Amino acid sequence: MNPATLDYNLSNALRASVARELRISTRQLSELFNPLLFFLVVVVFIPLGISSDPALLTKLAPGMIWVIALLATLLSLEGLFKGDFEDGSLEQMVISPLPLVWLVLIKVFSHWLVTGIPLTLLAPVLGLMLFLPTDAYWILMLSLFLGTASLSLVGSIGAALTVSLRRGGLVLSLIVMPLYVPILIFGADTVNSAAHGLSYAFSLAVLGVFLLFALLAAPFAAAGALKISVNT
Amino acid sequence: MTLLKLSQFSCLRDGEPLFEPMDYTLSQGDLVQVVGPNGAGKTTFLRSLCGLYSEFEGSIFWKGAPLNPSDFEFLQHLFYLGHQTGVKKTLTARENVDWYFGLQDGASPQSSEELLARVGLSGYEDVPCQQLSAGQMRRVALARLFGSQRQLWVLDEPFTAIDVLGVAQLEGLIQRHCETGGSVLLTTHQAITLPGVKSWKLRPCIREEM
Repeated sequence: MNPATLDYNLSNALRASVARELRISTRQLSELFNPLLFFLVVVVFIPLGISSDPALLTKLAPGMIWVIALLATLLSLEGLFKGDFEDGSLEQMVISPLPLVWLVLIKVFSHWLVTGIPLTLLAPVLGLMLFLPTDAYWILMLSLFLGTASLSLVGSIGAALTVSLRRGGLVLSLIVMPLYVPILIFGADTVNSAAHGLSYAFSLAVLGVFLLFALLAAPFAAAGALKISVNT
Repeated sequence: MTLLKLSQFSCLRDGEPLFEPMDYTLSQGDLVQVVGPNGAGKTTFLRSLCGLYSEFEGSIFWKGAPLNPSDFEFLQHLFYLGHQTGVKKTLTARENVDWYFGLQDGASPQSSEELLARVGLSGYEDVPCQQLSAGQMRRVALARLFGSQRQLWVLDEPFTAIDVLGVAQLEGLIQRHCETGGSVLLTTHQAITLPGVKSWKLRPCIREEM
């Protein structure tokens, strides 16, 4: 037999992985709409439950939208690696010549594509419902665009650590929540400042830096955690 | 040529050895059946050879050098089929096979049709795997084996859920692989009818207190 040749084509491997993740995401549409629906339902309920006073809602809007976005992301995190762990795909990924870090990045990216991006696009509608000043819409979207990417990246570490636990959801929340605090603070602050016509550049920059840092560190941490998780 | 060499090798579970330390050598062309009672650690043993389980004592050598399970060269020669085959239910048979070869070999999407035909799945290429039977799902996983160029096949219960005809076909494939210089390590509770099967015995350690 011909010994396997060493001309492993990295771009083919990456393309195959991206195609797979996108196909899986688009075929599980219920999972795609779950966080969105949650987002929408909570925003609809806030005026009903608290007050329909526009002045109050305007005040609450930035923080509310951010807290809900964070919870919606958290809800969807548990499934990030779960399916692949249960059906053995994860093992095949670990023993594939393609470094696991790439696979984590691809999975996180497709997770963001079906959670963070739809939330970002939906945000102005919710802003409208909560009487957020229209000037802040673009900044709201921009902050969510940067922030939800960080949420997915940081969340992947927790998802990777807990993937082999039968009821990992609670532990996952406990691991990830503290790491989400800075994103929440600066995300909400960005929108708050924009809503009051103040300078939001600093908060937005912090969100950007956080994303950059998460992009550099989180895939490695998650890949390491996955290797530990399959070690059973 | 020697592919794998084990010396005083035993897998650990909670710090205790699962089976008595063993010394074995796997050469090119060898077909080895790993035997042992349920719970002896057959699956754990195979997983540790693939780098999926790291709690063991003793050493493994791959082509003479200590095995590094994340070594690019080793991973390009290893085919592993586990209990969980890694066939995604929401994807079609074709997509599953294409993904596998893309990921494992860096290959572009190619003639998965032919491979699926060889495992008796022609006409099912574009059916989502969740609509297939258990046996057919296994066959999707086995289609990869039919297209595999890799030297070392590690197969954990490859005959599970496969019908008589499929078993005979798979045995033929395994035999051809060994004849052309490949090596196969497998576990099964079925009797293998192939000539020249070696067996590696796992002797469970008797636990003193339970």
